[in-house]
Amino acid sequence: MIRHLLSGADLDAGTATLVLDTAAEMATVAGREVKKLPALRGRTVVNLFYEDSTRTRISFEAAAKRLSADVINFSAKGSSVAKGESLKDTALTLQAMGADAVVVRHPASGAPHRLAEWVDGSVVNAGDGTHEHPTQALLDAYTMRSRLGRLDGLHVAIVGDVLHSRVARSNVLLLSTLGAKVTLVGPPTLIPVDIAAALAPGTDVCYDLDAVLPDVDVVMMLRVQRERMGDSYFPSAREYARRYGLDGPRMRRLPGHALVMHPGPMNRGMEITPEVADSPRSTIVEQVANGVSVRMAVLYLLLGGNNR
Amino acid sequence: MTTYLITGVSVVGGEPTDLLIRDGVVAEAGRGLAADGATVVDATGLVALPGLVDLHTHLREPGREDAETVESGSRAAALGGYTAVCAMANTSPVADTAGVVEQVWRLGREAGLVDVQPIGAVTVGLAGERLAELGAMADSAAGVRIFSDDGHCVSDPRLMRRALEYVKAFDGVIAQHAEEPRLTEGAQMHEGEVSTRLGLTGWPAVAEEAIIARDVLLAEHVGSRLHVCHVSTAGSVEVLRQAKTRGVRVTAEVTPHHLLLTDAKAESYDPVFKVNPPLRTAADIAALREALAEGVIDVIATDHAPHAVEDKECEWAYARPGMLGLETALSIALDVFGPRWDLIAERMSRTPARIAGLAGHGLDPAPGVPANLTLVDPAARRVIEPAELASRSRNTPYARMTLPGRIVATFLRGEPTVLDGKAVK
Amino acid sequence: MAYPPAAHPSPPRQPSVKVILAAADVSRVVDRIAHQILEKTQGAAGTVLLGIPTRGVPLAHRLAARISTFEDVTVPVGVLDITLYRDDLRRHATRAVGPTDLPPGGIDGKRVVLVDDVLFSGRTVRAALDALSDVGRPASVQLAVLVDRGHRQLPIRADYVGKNIPTALAENVKVTLAETDGTDEVKLYGGTPA
Repeated sequence: MIRHLLSGADLDAGTATLVLDTAAEMATVAGREVKKLPALRGRTVVNLFYEDSTRTRISFEAAAKRLSADVINFSAKGSSVAKGESLKDTALTLQAMGADAVVVRHPASGAPHRLAEWVDGSVVNAGDGTHEHPTQALLDAYTMRSRLGRLDGLHVAIVGDVLHSRVARSNVLLLSTLGAKVTLVGPPTLIPVDIAAALAPGTDVCYDLDAVLPDVDVVMMLRVQRERMGDSYFPSAREYARRYGLDGPRMRRLPGHALVMHPGPMNRGMEITPEVADSPRSTIVEQVANGVSVRMAVLYLLLGGNNR
Repeated sequence: MTTYLITGVSVVGGEPTDLLIRDGVVAEAGRGLAADGATVVDATGLVALPGLVDLHTHLREPGREDAETVESGSRAAALGGYTAVCAMANTSPVADTAGVVEQVWRLGREAGLVDVQPIGAVTVGLAGERLAELGAMADSAAGVRIFSDDGHCVSDPRLMRRALEYVKAFDGVIAQHAEEPRLTEGAQMHEGEVSTRLGLTGWPAVAEEAIIARDVLLAEHVGSRLHVCHVSTAGSVEVLRQAKTRGVRVTAEVTPHHLLLTDAKAESYDPVFKVNPPLRTAADIAALREALAEGVIDVIATDHAPHAVEDKECEWAYARPGMLGLETALSIALDVFGPRWDLIAERMSRTPARIAGLAGHGLDPAPGVPANLTLVDPAARRVIEPAELASRSRNTPYARMTLPGRIVATFLRGEPTVLDGKAVK
Repeated sequence: MAYPPAAHPSPPRQPSVKVILAAADVSRVVDRIAHQILEKTQGAAGTVLLGIPTRGVPLAHRLAARISTFEDVTVPVGVLDITLYRDDLRRHATRAVGPTDLPPGGIDGKRVVLVDDVLFSGRTVRAALDALSDVGRPASVQLAVLVDRGHRQLPIRADYVGKNIPTALAENVKVTLAETDGTDEVKLYGGTPA
């Protein structure tokens, strides 16, 4: 088993499938009267969050607690972190506390990689800058597999601000590993250079959402921040929504079985209309529930044995 | 003054000979020399080069003496085979007045390990808004001839034109840090496949090439000298090649790290590999090496940029850009070009001395020439250990790499600054 | 524990293998356990068989099939994965989690018979009891094993034992079943050669 989960690229097909299979078993716990497993009793998981992300933190917290781990929430607000303590000093503090795993959310790309050099425990990347968010990709893959029965051979369109999206990077890596084909869709200003060479050779890029819709099994809408307008990535929210937003008429051009996904939080009216977000094709609510199961699987597989 | 007899040395790769150093100059050269009372330095198997000259050094004093001082940087330079370094202006306070450049110049004299030639800022506070008192710095005891806002680009075309024109009055040269700031906002590394994978904001090659293209046209228009700092891209090489073919008075430098390391180094997220301009691709490296060999790029300059531990042991985006270079530059040149001693002397001593206008430097050891020289053991190989460096900082990108060549001795005006590979003071 | 070294080390011996139960024996033993379950549970009413992976699962299915043949009653069979309840997780690389699959009627208020291949230290059964209490509340719990090799480390005993095999701690009992391994057999490894 791997020691850290820093990138979607850390998972080969076998390991990724093991995570998804384990998550499926973890999911059964949610339906039980006793929603708790003793597997990580006596282990300490630290949630180290340098960015506000209540949803991701709560998801990891629930996952760790369901596995009976002790959870310490270390948020940048109201701690020594806010007083300018360096990441390295914080790492040494966590080390001294005996953290078996550090779940880290950080605005700087690569911060989890740095942390992994300074602590003995496992590091789980819960989103770093514009780099990666591997557990989000795992829960997305889990959701697709449980709705559509497979991942191999699926065609997934990821639409929107790919340039600034850690979710997109992790999804491209993981989905390609698991045999799905990914097409990235967005204005050219928001598609990073050399994306196929950088992440997965089979990845396609298309600037026309309407051309892609009839051919996909999944369309994943990314959050687009209105502030990007100020940087001239696109002229206006209205033009963006018209060219790349998913509305009712566009949704009806999808194949009958196709799913609509969104990692949240949504900008309703920008990249997705309420009609689409609330439709039966939308997996947005179950993505949240699946997040806990997938994170339980990741924590168990990282901490459940002697993997040193 | 002590008299030194250097025996069996190959001067810039020539046949072994002896050099007698007396009263600060090379007194005699030839086989079988003898001199009563001379200290003999057995240099069998060693190569004598004119003392190296660095056009681009950050000594951090005044302001960041925790990272480097004029003295510690001078010692690192001497150990790297240098006899003169040009100290960049981005200190705190900025070297934008006669007072600051004279202070740096005086600290260099007091340290006495290399000649420290201050570079003056082009604009007040490096702010890119109005010209600093260039003439006052030129007329000061420091005798400034190179002006640079290095770390910042003089991006305003009108201001750049004026600076190029103004320094003609005292044969000055503007050394441009070529980086269009609007194209590199938030940039962390070379824009390309690796930056996309790592999620780090890209620093596109065109941001450098666009400024160099503009500046060679400006220099041509006003008939001034332009020097381009740390050229890093194949596209920049093409722009320079065309400009030189047209006869534009432009010179250019490349750093050792841009000749050796690629952007793939960033994959560790270790900010010791963060530098500005950023490490580029293998294709860029190939173009830079070729350009240096044929003279499109004139000089290897270190861009020695010491940083305190806390400015590097952190997240990539929060780290300061820059790497050490003085103590490893010659080894990198040997690694890249092999024992092409004339090329190395040309690119690391003669040409930079000429660009900086440093009399007495950049001259091959020969009778009557000031004894500014260094002795290199080309057969030695050494493992770079950051803790063993003379710099106050540890941010070398070559940690634990094995590199060829070792500086055995360096002489500044006939006095050794380095003997047996160790600094004399 | 430290033993004094032997004065004259004996020559190395080939590890011995002894077949304890052959295929026909395994079949006979399963039949006997099925009869015992029927007898002790008065016809297996309200009874659920839960196999402990790996080999407890096919054994549970075989017992259910035999019971159905003998008395024409259908005993629900399920799977109870105990991986996450083991007390030795940290001593090994992470173990893969298997499915826990309870029969449609559940186990609440039922008589649950846990089925496993070998009873040794009792730690597996301890983990199974913990797992069981997290998935429901049976009226009672019994234990059926193909082989009891002794050396209990916990106060646990089986209600139904196919065969008691006295062993030394250094020995190893290995059960193979047609469903998982191709053949039915119980072997003892590392025993003193006869």
